[in-house]
Amino acid sequence: MRLTYMPQAVKNAHRIGWRDLVLFVAFFGLLFGVLHLTKEMRVHFAPSVTMQIDLSPRALPGYAARSLLRMFLAFGASLLFTFVYGYIAAYNLRAQKILVPLLDILQSVPVLGFLSITVTGFMALFPGSLLGLECASIFAIFTGQAWNMTFSFYQSLRTIPTELREATTIYRLNWWQRFVKLEAPYSMIGLVWNGMMSFGGGWFFLAASEAISVLGNNFKLPGIGSYMATAVEKGDTKAVAWAILTMILVVVVVDQLFWRPVVAWSQKFKFEQTDSSAEPTSFVLDVVRKSALMDWLEKRVFARIGKALDTLFARTARADRGPLLPAGVSQIVNGAVTVALGALVLYGAVRSFNVVRSEITLLKAFHVLLLGLLTLLRVVVMVVVATVIWTPIGVRIGFTPRLARIAQPLVQIGASFPANLIFPVAVLIFLRLHVNFEWGSILLIALGTQWYILFNVIAGASAVPGDLREAALVFRLRGWTLWKTLILPAIFPAWVTGALTAAGGAWNASIVAEVASWGTHKLTAHGLGAYVADATERGDWPAIILGIATMSAIVVLLNRLVWRPLYALAEGRYRLG
Amino acid sequence: MATVVQSTSALLSAESIIKYYGDGSKRILVLKDVNLAIREGEIIAILGPSGSGKSSLLRILAGLSAASEGTVRFQGTVQTGPNPHVAIVFQTFALFPWLSVYQNVEVGLLNSDVPEIQRRRRILEAIDVIGLDGFEDAYPKELSGGMRQRVGFARALVVQPEILFMDEPFSALDVLTGENLKKELLSLWRSRKIPTKAIVMVTHNIEEAVVMGDRLVVMGANPGVVRVDMPGLPVEERGKMHPEHVRLVDYLYGVMTNPKEAVAPFGATEPLSQPAAQPTRAYQLLPHVPVGQVTGLVERLHADGDREDIYALGRELQMEVDDLLPLVQAIDILDLGNIEEGDVYLTAAGVHFAVAGVQEEKEVFREQAVAHVQLIKQILRRLDASGNGRLRREAILRELASCFSEDEAERQLDTAIDWGRYAELFAYDDQEGVFYREVPDSSPSSGG
Repeated sequence: MRLTYMPQAVKNAHRIGWRDLVLFVAFFGLLFGVLHLTKEMRVHFAPSVTMQIDLSPRALPGYAARSLLRMFLAFGASLLFTFVYGYIAAYNLRAQKILVPLLDILQSVPVLGFLSITVTGFMALFPGSLLGLECASIFAIFTGQAWNMTFSFYQSLRTIPTELREATTIYRLNWWQRFVKLEAPYSMIGLVWNGMMSFGGGWFFLAASEAISVLGNNFKLPGIGSYMATAVEKGDTKAVAWAILTMILVVVVVDQLFWRPVVAWSQKFKFEQTDSSAEPTSFVLDVVRKSALMDWLEKRVFARIGKALDTLFARTARADRGPLLPAGVSQIVNGAVTVALGALVLYGAVRSFNVVRSEITLLKAFHVLLLGLLTLLRVVVMVVVATVIWTPIGVRIGFTPRLARIAQPLVQIGASFPANLIFPVAVLIFLRLHVNFEWGSILLIALGTQWYILFNVIAGASAVPGDLREAALVFRLRGWTLWKTLILPAIFPAWVTGALTAAGGAWNASIVAEVASWGTHKLTAHGLGAYVADATERGDWPAIILGIATMSAIVVLLNRLVWRPLYALAEGRYRLG
Repeated sequence: MATVVQSTSALLSAESIIKYYGDGSKRILVLKDVNLAIREGEIIAILGPSGSGKSSLLRILAGLSAASEGTVRFQGTVQTGPNPHVAIVFQTFALFPWLSVYQNVEVGLLNSDVPEIQRRRRILEAIDVIGLDGFEDAYPKELSGGMRQRVGFARALVVQPEILFMDEPFSALDVLTGENLKKELLSLWRSRKIPTKAIVMVTHNIEEAVVMGDRLVVMGANPGVVRVDMPGLPVEERGKMHPEHVRLVDYLYGVMTNPKEAVAPFGATEPLSQPAAQPTRAYQLLPHVPVGQVTGLVERLHADGDREDIYALGRELQMEVDDLLPLVQAIDILDLGNIEEGDVYLTAAGVHFAVAGVQEEKEVFREQAVAHVQLIKQILRRLDASGNGRLRREAILRELASCFSEDEAERQLDTAIDWGRYAELFAYDDQEGVFYREVPDSSPSSGG
């Protein structure tokens, strides 16, 4: 027996090399940058003065950095929210009955419509400081990111294999140990995947929330979104091009420096017990793993932090200690919280209803409903057209592994790129070509959302087992017969996921896509999105509430009546394997 | 025929354990008045068919789940919550794929008061004793099944438990690997290299139980009861070639293949064949076997001369008793065959079935199913009664609710559907969950 055994992390010490220099510079560069940016967040600000945005290309990196910081802060908040909410939803059976359906609704509500409410709220919280606007923007991104991450975590917690759970119980791990050793690792793959998707979607909300008109005021928060907005206002084509280029660059850099390493790292949490061959790799992760600096940090810093946390939680959370509060007390607390929450919701609902009732006539409500149907029509057209165009292309790509490897990352970038940034460019083209904006707005909506359909169709097609394709070949299935018997059924589940995501995104997009402008030209389409955008700008509360409520109701209804049955059908009949 | 428990001498004892799953009127009795004492120095092997609640009993003994009624005592003290003196080896190993072998074993000591240095010593010792030396840094996915279960053993032994629980620890391994691991565990145990005072093993492999058990417990199903609690063979008689080994295996097979009969003690010349009191049920408990396997077994029996010893049959087909028993039960229920003193023999219908062609075979099966399977009878009755020749799945499920748990009711119905479809007694649309009367000469479009 070798009592000299040392764990791997300690054993393989790396020599100091170029990797360490790069990491060192990167680390302190990042630290300095973040410190500098957070200082700027707190600058004095009054609503009456509009922030001046510098349109010179040299200012762009700074703006991009500020936007990026917002994204990551929101992502951190989403993670925190995910863990807390998911944990409670999974383990507190009473809370579960409320939290899970609530999450479902939050996921369906077009959060962009709430910007007006949150902006005013946060500004009141930090009077005279830019921090209020910052928070509002971060919150907007957060609302675009958090829900599906939370769902993923909750689902993972619920599907942990019983015997693993029993092992943690019989070896009496406390909640912290259970979280670190079992729950967090088990949910990691899903969390990383959903986090990456959410982060990509978050750019859209960033672009929409940095420059907004709320309650008659025009707010601009320094960042790439507001740079673009200013460039559009001034009709500065060159600045617009710079902004688009920077945005693409940022998306690519974040993907390479952050998401790819994280995805490659998360592979070790795969639950399958076999060694699989093709795992995602990352050059950056290799650099980090092989550097001596990282070794040192792991041994001296991370290991100690880990140990300190372990001891801290071991003291506060002995597994054999009973519940935190006696049963009676905790029941009372539970009850009180439920009642308080219920009262709050009821109060809000009654207030909203009163506001709406006093201002809105039945005729007006009917009008809003009609607008909703118009927007619905746009969403449906978008989904149908995108499906018809992208399905054959996606299948073609998915069936050719080499093509898929190249196309997949490109499509992902396309999905991450905030389409609302290039709306103005589209408007410029519409103006030149005299395109009817009632139809043109469909194209704007499609710009940001069609990618989900393509993306999923590719994934679905590449997952079709080789056996089935060979069988089709042997029996000489061709043309429409081939599509009807093999391809369409096989990609159906993936398509449902893609179309559902695209449609959900489309409702949000409609709020910014049915009204668009270039310089002094403003195009408006009839629809619920335009109605909400207009009401937000005017600060017309009853109209805002009515518009959002109508939109939410339509989305929830669609989910229940269309998407859920489709999903069940896909799961029940068309799942492969 | 449970033994009377003396809690004073026992290390761990279960007293009048009753366990229900579910609650209210829908609760299902899983364990009925189970008494069991685990004494120092013995390996106790718990045998039983699936549904006998042997795993539930193990979890109650370990404190992982609570009994609905009755108490568990450890060294005379009433036990609540997970017992810190117990470690478990799991059927699926229950290893953390993201932790190395060393870290996986460390999990056993994470929340103990063992100081750092001693902890490392103990982990390395456990790894060494179980033969994993050199694999400390490997991850589970790099290991074979046998090596993975070794990690499971090391993690359990590092705790230095007073009692080691094993839940079908070798059933996920191939035969040779399992034999090897068993032998090593036994030699560790007999040479007192591990401080463990008793081992409780749940298994469905009769030979494994006979080879390892100092005491053998056979449980019966629906609800789970202790049917046999007897001492095992002396160590020198446990070899596979020893006549006593063969005799005991045969006896246990006999007990397990006759779940309805009262048990005669081992060594008695004539088995008692008075049926034990059975709770009356509106429906039989259908074993969940596909028709194809039933056909295969009947044809096999016919080739063997229409009669065969069940134990020999199991050996011949290399099937575990858990896999073979449901098939034999299916044949019994359909009255294609009968069970008699550990033998199964074909009835006239069974012989006819074995020699018939495809269409004739279906006819025989149809006649037998209509005559003997109550659930199929009931479905047909309801179909006839309904005006439009349609019957919703839920309607039948509701009727089953009084007899079976929700999951079991679903499974029962699925089995009946499988059999009924084969016999062309009715058609069924899985998407809609609706039964249709089978219309002769219609195209076979039953959906799903």
